[in-house]
Amino acid sequence: MSMIEGPRDVETEPVVRFVDVTKSFLGREGRHVVLNRVNFSVPRGKTTVIAGGSGQGKSVTLKLILGLMTQDSGQVLVDGQEVARLRGEGLRRLRTKFGVLFQGAALFDSLTVFENVALPLRERVRLKDDEIRKRVMSTLQDLELAGHENKYPAQLSGGMKKRVGLARALQLDPQIVLFDEPTTGLDPLMTSEIYHMFARNQSHIGYTAVIVSHDIPKVFSLADQIVILNKGEIDVFSSPDEIQYSTKPYIQEFYEMTINHDNESTF
Amino acid sequence: MRSNLYYSDIPRFLRPLAFIGNQGIYIVNDLGRMGLFLFYSIIGVFRHPFRFREVVKQLHFIGGGSVAVIFFTALSSGMVLGLQGYYSLHKFGAEGMLGSAVSLTLIMELGPMLTAIMVTARAGSAMCAEIGIMRISEQIDALECMAVDPFRYLISPKFVATIISVPLLTALFDIVGILGGYLAGVKLMGVNAGSFYNGMEQSVTNHDINLGIIKSFVFALLLVWISTGRGYFVQQIRGAGFGAESVSRVTTQAVVYSSISVLIFDYLLTAIIL
Repeated sequence: MSMIEGPRDVETEPVVRFVDVTKSFLGREGRHVVLNRVNFSVPRGKTTVIAGGSGQGKSVTLKLILGLMTQDSGQVLVDGQEVARLRGEGLRRLRTKFGVLFQGAALFDSLTVFENVALPLRERVRLKDDEIRKRVMSTLQDLELAGHENKYPAQLSGGMKKRVGLARALQLDPQIVLFDEPTTGLDPLMTSEIYHMFARNQSHIGYTAVIVSHDIPKVFSLADQIVILNKGEIDVFSSPDEIQYSTKPYIQEFYEMTINHDNESTF
Repeated sequence: MRSNLYYSDIPRFLRPLAFIGNQGIYIVNDLGRMGLFLFYSIIGVFRHPFRFREVVKQLHFIGGGSVAVIFFTALSSGMVLGLQGYYSLHKFGAEGMLGSAVSLTLIMELGPMLTAIMVTARAGSAMCAEIGIMRISEQIDALECMAVDPFRYLISPKFVATIISVPLLTALFDIVGILGGYLAGVKLMGVNAGSFYNGMEQSVTNHDINLGIIKSFVFALLLVWISTGRGYFVQQIRGAGFGAESVSRVTTQAVVYSSISVLIFDYLLTAIIL
């Protein structure tokens, strides 16, 4: 049963909603709950940052949104549609709304940069080869990848791979872009460049962004909403400043370890 | 948080039963997902657009790339059959039956079986490793997120190419194997060439050839199904571990399972059709 009742206002309605979502995994030590009756929404056209320690369920959250995993209980709604109930063409249609930048970029090793970026256009849209070439080359130009189109992923640096991944994610003009650790393994200069590129693209295209990142506080400067995951629980903040006023001990600790510590170390 | 039973929560005398039950559930789950994998892979063959160029590429890799291996395996098997057959038949003065023995053994049994096992070792292992690496490096997830059906895009072309390649390679194996038997029996041991050909012509029927063809199709389906399926589910296979290690273990498992399945089905098909 859908959680949405009455007429829907698509403009103001959250694009993604988690309603009492629980997700656990069975391991050697029994069942480990990573999300425990979690509730939050991703506002349309805004940037939501998901933060938290390793193994706290950040990537799982993205996979639930994409329907790559299903929750044990609760509902994950994208544009009012319950993801877990979708199958086949319905799920494929939902996924056309997304662009995803994977942690390791997930480029196809046997394809060149051009072929990687052109893949969604060739597989999902009926376009002539000339049109595909024009669109791909334009995106590569925007992301400062022109001249590298005939290289294979193994010949690229980490930062270039991420940019190719971003180029591929943006090809079908997605409404929602999910970034899974977009700057992991990159040097500070490249990290700033990626975030700069991200901010420029988002203001230009206007997609909803969900960023899973460890790069705190850099990524917080982009955030309209911050979601912190800890031991299955979730806390939602509307700004980085709001975090310091939380009374929860682990949030305080998180603030000290990340934001405050980083601010002090910059002086 | 603990919400399920640990093994340590179960009374000691019931643990073997719990272990058997747990293994049983895993096996049923595994068979279920492999069954669905086969279903979607076959459906993928008929989904638009058909990946003709990818099928040609796979035909080149699976079929063309296996020709040399099949040639040498067939030649040596045929020559061994020729020699062994000659010494066995010579005791009864029945060397004239050598052509019949070599050709029937190759066409009905050794040709389809050894071809399938050699293709599994050469191409099945490579297919499993390729898909396994694509799975652990999130390339298959990326395809799904782009709303591209991974079965149509990745798996089905391999199915088509294997099902075309293996029967053709089996035919090559049969011809080269018979040639090997002829070389060993006629040219080396002095069996009369006319009686070799005559024995072959008299004993091999369409039914025998059909059995060989049916076997080669079934073996092709088995090897490509198991090889690609194990790679696809690399992260769900119990005891496979993680990362590169999981791919290597699952690749070994795919070769072993494919080879055993081919041997079992060889017997079953012979028993049913013969």
